[in-house]
Amino acid sequence: MRFLPHTNIERQDMLAAIGVGSIDDLFADIPAAKRLTAPLDLPRGKSEAAVARALSAMAGKNVAAASVPFFVGCGAYKHHVPATVDHLIQRSEFLTSYTPYQPEIAQGTLQMLFEFQTQVAMLTGMEVANASMYDGSTGTAEAVLMAHRITRRRKAVLSGGLHPHYAEVVRTLSRMARDEVVSLPPDVFAREALVDAIDADTSCIVVQTPDVFGNPRDLRAIARACHAKGALLIAVFTEAVSLGLLESPGAMDADIVVGEGQSIGNALNFGGPYLGLFATRQKYVRQMPGRLAGETVDAAGRRGFVLTLSTREQHIRREKATSNICTNSGLCALAFSIHLSLLGETGLRRLARINHANAVKLADMLARAPNVEVMNETFFNEFTIRVKGDAATVIERLADRDILGGVPVSRLLPNAGLDDLIIVANTEVNTDEDREAFVAALEGVA
Amino acid sequence: MSNTYYTRDHEYIRVDGDTGVVGVTDHAQHALGDIVYVELPEVGASFKRGDQVAVVESVKAASEVFAPVTGEVVAINGALEKEPGAVNEAPLDKGWFYKVRVADRAELDGLMDEAAYAAFLKTLA
Amino acid sequence: MLNNQGRPTAPAASAEAPQRTFTTNRALQLEEGLIFEHGRVDVTGVDMDEPETFALRLGGLERMAPIGLPGLSEPEAMRHYVRLSQKNYSIDSGLYPLGSCTMKHNPRINEAMARLPGFADVHPLQPVSTAQGALELMDELSRWLMEMTGAHAVALSPKAGAHGELCGMMAIRAAIEARGESATRNVVLVPDSAHGTNPATAALIGFAVRSVPANADGTVSAQAVRAALGPDVAAIMLTNPNTCGLFEREIVEIAEAIHEAGAYFYCDGANFNALMGKARPVDLGVDAMHINLHKTFSTPHGGGGPGAGPVVLSERLAPYAPLPFTTRDTTGRALVEHGHATAFGRMTAFHGQMGMFTRAMSFMLSHGSDGLRQASEDAVLNANYVRAGLADLFSQPFGDRPCMHEVLFDDKWLEGTGVTTLDFAKAMIDEGYHPMTMYFPLVVHGAMLIEPTESEPKVALDLFIATLRDLAFRVARGETGSFHAAPVHAPRRRLDETRAARQPVLRWTPPRPIEDTMAAE
Repeated sequence: MRFLPHTNIERQDMLAAIGVGSIDDLFADIPAAKRLTAPLDLPRGKSEAAVARALSAMAGKNVAAASVPFFVGCGAYKHHVPATVDHLIQRSEFLTSYTPYQPEIAQGTLQMLFEFQTQVAMLTGMEVANASMYDGSTGTAEAVLMAHRITRRRKAVLSGGLHPHYAEVVRTLSRMARDEVVSLPPDVFAREALVDAIDADTSCIVVQTPDVFGNPRDLRAIARACHAKGALLIAVFTEAVSLGLLESPGAMDADIVVGEGQSIGNALNFGGPYLGLFATRQKYVRQMPGRLAGETVDAAGRRGFVLTLSTREQHIRREKATSNICTNSGLCALAFSIHLSLLGETGLRRLARINHANAVKLADMLARAPNVEVMNETFFNEFTIRVKGDAATVIERLADRDILGGVPVSRLLPNAGLDDLIIVANTEVNTDEDREAFVAALEGVA
Repeated sequence: MSNTYYTRDHEYIRVDGDTGVVGVTDHAQHALGDIVYVELPEVGASFKRGDQVAVVESVKAASEVFAPVTGEVVAINGALEKEPGAVNEAPLDKGWFYKVRVADRAELDGLMDEAAYAAFLKTLA
Repeated sequence: MLNNQGRPTAPAASAEAPQRTFTTNRALQLEEGLIFEHGRVDVTGVDMDEPETFALRLGGLERMAPIGLPGLSEPEAMRHYVRLSQKNYSIDSGLYPLGSCTMKHNPRINEAMARLPGFADVHPLQPVSTAQGALELMDELSRWLMEMTGAHAVALSPKAGAHGELCGMMAIRAAIEARGESATRNVVLVPDSAHGTNPATAALIGFAVRSVPANADGTVSAQAVRAALGPDVAAIMLTNPNTCGLFEREIVEIAEAIHEAGAYFYCDGANFNALMGKARPVDLGVDAMHINLHKTFSTPHGGGGPGAGPVVLSERLAPYAPLPFTTRDTTGRALVEHGHATAFGRMTAFHGQMGMFTRAMSFMLSHGSDGLRQASEDAVLNANYVRAGLADLFSQPFGDRPCMHEVLFDDKWLEGTGVTTLDFAKAMIDEGYHPMTMYFPLVVHGAMLIEPTESEPKVALDLFIATLRDLAFRVARGETGSFHAAPVHAPRRRLDETRAARQPVLRWTPPRPIEDTMAAE
């Protein structure tokens, strides 16, 4: 077996050095009746070529985004990632190192995390950010728990524009933790009265911007109303590129900002691994979940970085920790940080403008198409359309014509009576030809 | 007659009239190592004897501080926020945590005096 | 006459002491500033054409103020991150004996497979008719995990070990609710030796934690579990092999006692690397166990993630597995994403760590049933070989007896030497090794937990053992000064963690407001 270095003679020598007769002597603590004697009912090992053949066959049954006109979003976005990013994250010293518990020999990871935290804080308009969560949805659930700790209240209000799967993750954890959640109904036009939902028991309001239907939300009035009643505003985003063009949640007075960072530096990966971004105000830092890298000096007085404020974490605080999180999304954070360093402010703003310009073009083309209605007046790179008939069927028919045309709302909200809506994303990877093909095909099937 | 009393969890309370100054002992600060953060109660809050009233953190550990007596918090040592190291330097002096209005002086009888605490520490060695 | 003007080929007889350098670099050890110190907001390493002028449709919500994000050209970015990478230790560069972390070789075929466009470039919400191969891979991974553990179902979506723990404990809570006992069963038993995530997870969803003491031999006895059991107990969370590197010998009796009391058995699967093809946890009585694909199945740790923590479930808990999961219908494979009667809810937005599933599947297919069993046997062999090589010098808290895939020492042998476990670990850095896990488990004083994994050849273990023995002799000779100073050859000396925690600096701050910087340029 190519990954296992020992020869059988070496194994025998080692057993002799240990002072046992056979390998099974080392497994003697396993109750004899429960020890496996026969091999597992699984195939024997394969050569590298055979493994590649088997997995390539499976991969070949999937339609890759780059191979078709592609307009699917709703929490994960197809962007171009520079080749440099994937090369660098595959450097042995980044890819195959552990959590930086020995800072003297992990300064690369620690400095990268410090830079990442700073980039996330700047992008979100907040003061501090952590070293990442699993993804945007679990980060949102953690943000709700954090708000409960800060306000000592246990009721969260979820906007009807929050990604339905994010809402479901929050509801699942809250139900288990016996906290209250109020979910407002799906809000296609961003007309919900969030301010009216705040009462004296409300710990936090969770608002996504742009929301799942694509509408950018002005958070300022909601923030004011929250703060007047002692509640916190949690702002969520699923498209990090939007922050290159839209006002930051921090500038609109959010208290906790959490989002999905996949769209910068990371591939679609059929849903994971992704990257949870998490930022807040300095005054709440000790209630924040997750790891934090901080600056300090070494014994020779040189600048260096360490993991810090660990007393919040499970390995020290155990059942009193702010979260149970341990492993996070380190390598995805590195990909994000490298891509964002390459973009810089100039590149990010330009990328965001291109995304918006492409979406505006597509919206205008769709608005002219028969049988299609564009629901949004405002959007970033994603908006909602209404078609005649069942949207899921329309999407299937488009797929038959090799076009991945968006997400039918019924896939996310099966019983909401929104079966004729499709959420359509349009990023910098889409060309005029893609858009023309999409609109033409839609006219044929809708 | 000393006016300072000690708990088995290494808190002290120094009583003057009906108020007491609460903190952790020199033994406690030594065992914790460099203290980096102290989470203090709010002024006006009331605690029963034995309630968790504060948290003291070193780099690698977090320990709860329990109220030595029942009563209302009348003052806290806000300086610890900027200078938690004061607990290491002078735990009984500038490293104090909070002042409490002692609700029931009889509770003091259940605590150790200086000699008893010194003897108690010897049993831990 | 001989020409002596050529290039000298031997070092000068008296090499001078290391000198300070102008740059503070030391040859291949290159100092590197922050991107905020050498990047510029008007530089970009990504070429794109500005879009034509158009009317924004943002409802007046566009960002006006500068962000302050620095940009790097491509060569600058390459150099910055390559230099940073060179300050990290990695499994590719040397032995990484972190106990309970399973730092094994990360095969590159796994990386290549995960990057196939048919896996990496597939959207979680595109029609399932266009992702049949992805669902097939999820099914195949599930089949392997079930066969290896004896389980009836697998929840694939948890994103890491602790997330898997949360998933398993939520399934247990859902099962208890279904029995109508949620008001009375609120306690979870956790041994003192457990990883911190166990009590943190139980507390996160409102369980009270009751600790169970370990025996003098480092394991948990069925008697101690029975003593802690009652009608209020929902579950036990036990790691097996445990964090002391020992197999819980009474696990079958413990499982029986737990089940008799109407509770469930959660097993922390962090140490499954010792058991592949040797024993199946569900056969031993386990109801739920997460599997760290980033430990046992070699998906790279990436400096702290991402991981993946699928949870295998016994027949009793299988109905409560969270959404989504795969199923089959007349047209092929499908995903159940909503409206299931007994599923306890949803752990994450999408279907789990597909990129990790692909890597783990590649690892499993490469090994096969024979290779996986051999890997576990070699992992246990290697840990015991290290134990045998050090047993005469180092102290073992529970006596010299066979361990599983990791070996635990304490600091009794260092008593009175002036050298602590931390000092010893830092001295290992100067010798070119990553230290072992230290001060964990908490139940052992000055713990040193060594897990060599199956990836290490005998010759590497021999040198590792010889190095640790030499360090032990230096301790015995009283050379404490070098231990206190260590490491001196790493990119950094010991770092001041007290300062970092007392005055936290968690981000770079511009020396003057960003607006002023922009105006000046």
